[in-house]
Amino acid sequence: MKHATPKASLQVNQNEGLIFEKSSAGKAAWKLPPLDVPEVDTAKLLGSSERKDLGNMPEVSEIEIIRHFTRMSTWNYAIDLGMYPLGSCTMKYNPRVNEAVARVEGIANGHPYQPEKISQGALHIIKTLSEQLIEITGMDAITLQPAAGAHGEMTGLLMVRAYHQSRGNARKKILIPDSAHGTNPATAAMVNYAVENLKSDSRGMVDIAALAAQMNQDVAALMLTNPNTLGVFEQDIHKIADILHAKGGLLYMDGANMNALVGKVRPGDFGVDVMHLNLHKTFSTPHGGGGPGSGPVAIKKSLEPFLPSPVVTTKSDGTLAFDYNRPQSVGRVRAFYGNFGMFVRALAYIQANGPDGLRQTTEDAVLNANYIRKGLEGTYDLPYSTPTMHEIVFSDKVQLKKGVRTMDIAKRLIDYGFHPYTTAFPLIVPGALMIEPTESESVEEMDLFIEAMKSIAEEVEEDPQTVLDAPHSTRVSRLDETAAARKPVLRWKP
Amino acid sequence: MRYLPKSPADREAMLKAIGLRSVDELFAPIPAEYRLTRDLNIPRQMAESEIVDFFRQRSRENGEGYTSFLGAGAYAHYRPVIIDSLISRGEFLTAYTPYQAEISQGTLQSIFEFQTMICELTGMEVANASMYDGSTAAAEGVMMAVRLTGRRSVVVARSLHPEYREVLATYATHQGMPLSVAGFNDDGRVDLKELEKSITPETACILIQSPNFFGTIEDVGAIAEIAHRHGAMLVVSIAEAVSLGIVEPPREADVIAMEAQSFGVPLGFGGPYCGVIATREKYVRQMPGRLVGQTVDKQGRRGFVLTLATREQHIRREKATSNICTNQALVALMVNIFMTVYGKVGLKELAKQNLAKTAHAAAQFAKHGKVLFGGAPRFNEFVVQTSEDPHAINGRLLGHKMVGGLPLKKFYPELGNAALWCCTELTTRSAIDTAVGLVAESEQSVRASSSSKEEDVEEVAR
Repeated sequence: MKHATPKASLQVNQNEGLIFEKSSAGKAAWKLPPLDVPEVDTAKLLGSSERKDLGNMPEVSEIEIIRHFTRMSTWNYAIDLGMYPLGSCTMKYNPRVNEAVARVEGIANGHPYQPEKISQGALHIIKTLSEQLIEITGMDAITLQPAAGAHGEMTGLLMVRAYHQSRGNARKKILIPDSAHGTNPATAAMVNYAVENLKSDSRGMVDIAALAAQMNQDVAALMLTNPNTLGVFEQDIHKIADILHAKGGLLYMDGANMNALVGKVRPGDFGVDVMHLNLHKTFSTPHGGGGPGSGPVAIKKSLEPFLPSPVVTTKSDGTLAFDYNRPQSVGRVRAFYGNFGMFVRALAYIQANGPDGLRQTTEDAVLNANYIRKGLEGTYDLPYSTPTMHEIVFSDKVQLKKGVRTMDIAKRLIDYGFHPYTTAFPLIVPGALMIEPTESESVEEMDLFIEAMKSIAEEVEEDPQTVLDAPHSTRVSRLDETAAARKPVLRWKP
Repeated sequence: MRYLPKSPADREAMLKAIGLRSVDELFAPIPAEYRLTRDLNIPRQMAESEIVDFFRQRSRENGEGYTSFLGAGAYAHYRPVIIDSLISRGEFLTAYTPYQAEISQGTLQSIFEFQTMICELTGMEVANASMYDGSTAAAEGVMMAVRLTGRRSVVVARSLHPEYREVLATYATHQGMPLSVAGFNDDGRVDLKELEKSITPETACILIQSPNFFGTIEDVGAIAEIAHRHGAMLVVSIAEAVSLGIVEPPREADVIAMEAQSFGVPLGFGGPYCGVIATREKYVRQMPGRLVGQTVDKQGRRGFVLTLATREQHIRREKATSNICTNQALVALMVNIFMTVYGKVGLKELAKQNLAKTAHAAAQFAKHGKVLFGGAPRFNEFVVQTSEDPHAINGRLLGHKMVGGLPLKKFYPELGNAALWCCTELTTRSAIDTAVGLVAESEQSVRASSSSKEEDVEEVAR
C-alpha cells in the first residue's frame, strides 16, 4: 500500500555556528533591577578570592539566543516529529499536561527544606505516586529517591546487600543474563558484587538448567529484565524465582520493559523481590536528549527496613512528614528526595490513563510490536521466533551477505524520515536491529516504517552502496567517530 | 484513551493482519496464574482540566506565595523566560540520548557549548555532559580520584553539604573507601591542621566544598598544597554555581564536582537538578558520564558526536568508570541557556548583587543575633546564632509568609541555636528588614524574660 503523503521531504535548514562565534563585547541578553541595598566593594569583601575575569563566556543578545537554540533544535529528530523506534528506550508520547502541571508555582518553586507544614502538597504527590506504583507493580514498598534507572539498580542492590548482611552473610555475586543492559553488571561492580554471566537458551530465555547449576549460597541475586531485551517474556519465571528463593537468593527485576506489563501482570505476583522502574520510559516523562530520568525502586516487605532515608509517613494528626529515623537504611543515594519534577509528570500520566487506559496502553504497545514483526518477518532475519511482547529483535544476517550491517540500515532509515532502531544490542544477537514502536504509533506511521524497511532491504540487494553511504539527506554525513575519540576535542577554544 | 492513536477498527484490522483473534493471545506467554484479571486499583481516567486542578490544589499546599531565605544546596534565582520557551521545543524535549549523531546535532552542539562554558567558569580543561546532581557528582568525583591514584581512603570536610556527605558514605560503603572527616575553624574554613593530620599515604583525595555549606569561601590553594604534597588529589564541590561569577574558581583542584541548579533550574522541591564533573584533560579517560566531542563528516564539515564511550557501561559493562546512563540533558540545556543569557558580564553583575544583598543582610542580623564565621569571605549564605531556637523564630516568620534560614541543629548540633540564611538577587531589602525585625524581637524577649517558658518548638515549625 502506498500512502498519499510520503513520510518525509527535504527542506532548507538554517546553519548556525557556535555561540562563542557570535559573541562580541557589549552585547547583552540580561538586565538586573536596581540594587535596593548598598553597593559593596568586592575586592574588600573577597580579597584574593575575587574573580576578575570570566574568560571566553559569550556576550550575545536575546534574539540571537532564541535563533541559536531554535536553529539547533531543527537539527534534531524527536518523538514529536515521528516514530522513534529505539528498542529498550521506550520513546513514547510525552503528554504536554505533564509539563504544564510541573510548572505550577508551588510545585516548580518549592524549596526542598521548606517546613513540612507548607510542603504538604509535595508530600501528597510523593505519597500518591508511591501508592499507585506499588499497586501497579504488586510490590509492598517503594523509594522514589534514585535519579535514573541505573541509579535505581544501585539502590536496589544496596538493599539486596543490606538484606543479606542482616542475615549474617552479604554473599558474593550477582547472576546476570548475557542479554542484559550494560548498566546491570556496571551496577553490581559499584556495590562490590562479582558478576557471573548466565547464558540464554535457544528461545532467548534464561537457561533454567544453567541457572540451577550456577545458583548457590554465594549468589545474592539474579538481575533479570522481564520481558528481556529480546522482547521475550520469561515464561519460566516461577521456576526462576523458586530456584533463587530455595537457596536464599533474591530476584531483582530491571523494570526497563515494564511498559509491556502494566495492567496485565504484576512483578510482585510472579516472585520479584526488588525492581526499579524508569519513569522516563513507562510513565512518559520526557527523555530531553538524555535525561532527566527517575528510577524508583519497589520492594517486598522483607527489604522495607533498608529503604533509603527519608521515607514519607503519615503523622497522628493526618499530616505527612519525612521520617529520617531509619536505623537499618542503606543511607541516602541522592541529596533531597529525588527528581521530584518527574514524579509530578508520572502521576499526571497515570491520572490521565486510569486503570483502563494503562491496560490499553500496554496492549497497544504489544500489538504494535507484533504488527511490525509480522510486516518485516521474511525480509529481515528473526533470530528468535519466541513470541514478542513490546519490542522485536531482527538481525542483519541476510543483508550482511551484501556487506550491509545493522548500522548502515539504521543510517539509511534516517533518509526515509525515521529515527533508527537500537543497533547492535542485545549482545546475544550479532548485528541486532531492536525495534520498539511503543503504543504511540498509528497504523499509518507503522505502515510507512514497514515500507521503508522493506525498501531498504531491496536497496541492499540492488544497490548496497546507497545504503552503505547513508544518510544522504542530513545536514552532516556520517561523522568520524574514530578521530573524535583518538584526539578528543571536548570544548571550543578561541 | 486520548494519547492512543487507534480506533477499535484499527486494532481489529491489526489483529487480523497478525493472524490473531483477540489481544489476549498476545499475552499468552505470561503464565495464566499470574495474569491480572481485574482493574488496577487506581483512580479512573481524569480529564486534563481535572489533572490541572489537582496539581493547582497541591501547589497551594506547597509554599505558594512564600518568600524564602533558604539555600543550603538549592538556590532561588531568577529564571529568564526564554529558558522554558526553548526547552519546550519538542525537538529538544522529546529526543533521546544523541546516539545517532546525524539527526542529533542540535543536542550535541548544545552539549559541546555547555562543556565549554563549564570549563571557562571552573578553570578546568574538560567537563562532561552532566551527572544526576551535585551530591552524586561529588561521590563520582571521589571515585575518579580513587581510580587515578590507586589509593582508597578519603578525607571529607565537615563543611561539605551534610546530605552530600551522606551520599558519599552510601557510595563508599561497599567499595572499600574509608572516609574520615576534617572539621572547621572559627572562621568557617576547613581546619588545615586537622586536615593535615587526617591524611595518610593511603589518602586518594580530599573533598571540600567552596563556597562551603556555611557560605564561606575556602582557601583552596592552601588545601590543594596539602593534598598534593601528600600525593593525594583535591576534589572540590561547588553547590552554588552563581558564585563563579565573582569568586575565583578552585583552579588548583584536580576534579570539580558541581551542582548547576542555580543556573536557571527551578527549585522543584529538590530535583531534577544538574550535576557536572570538570577536570584536567589528562584525567578524561577516568571520567564518568557522557562526553561530546568535535569531529568532521565525510565532506570535512564540523559536527559533534558522543565520544570516549569505551569508558561507559554499554561498552565496558562491569569494568566501566560508572554505571551512569541517563543523565540530566534537558536540565543541562536550561543551564546552558542561562549561562548564555547572562554571559561574561551578566554573571558577574548577578553574583555581585548576591554578594551585596548578603553583606547587607549579614550586617543587619549581626546587630541583633550573632553572625558566625566572620573571619573569612563568604558568598550568599551566612550562619546566624540566636538565643532562641530558630524553629520558633521561623514559626513566627511563617505568619508573614516567609521561610527563615535553615535550622542547623540536625546537621551541626555543636553550633547550638544556629540557622543558615541565604540571600540572592531576588531577596528584597524589605524582606530582610522583616526577618531581622523578628530576630531582634526574639532576642529582646529572651533577654527580658531569661526564665521564659519552654515552648514545643518542634510542633511550631517542623
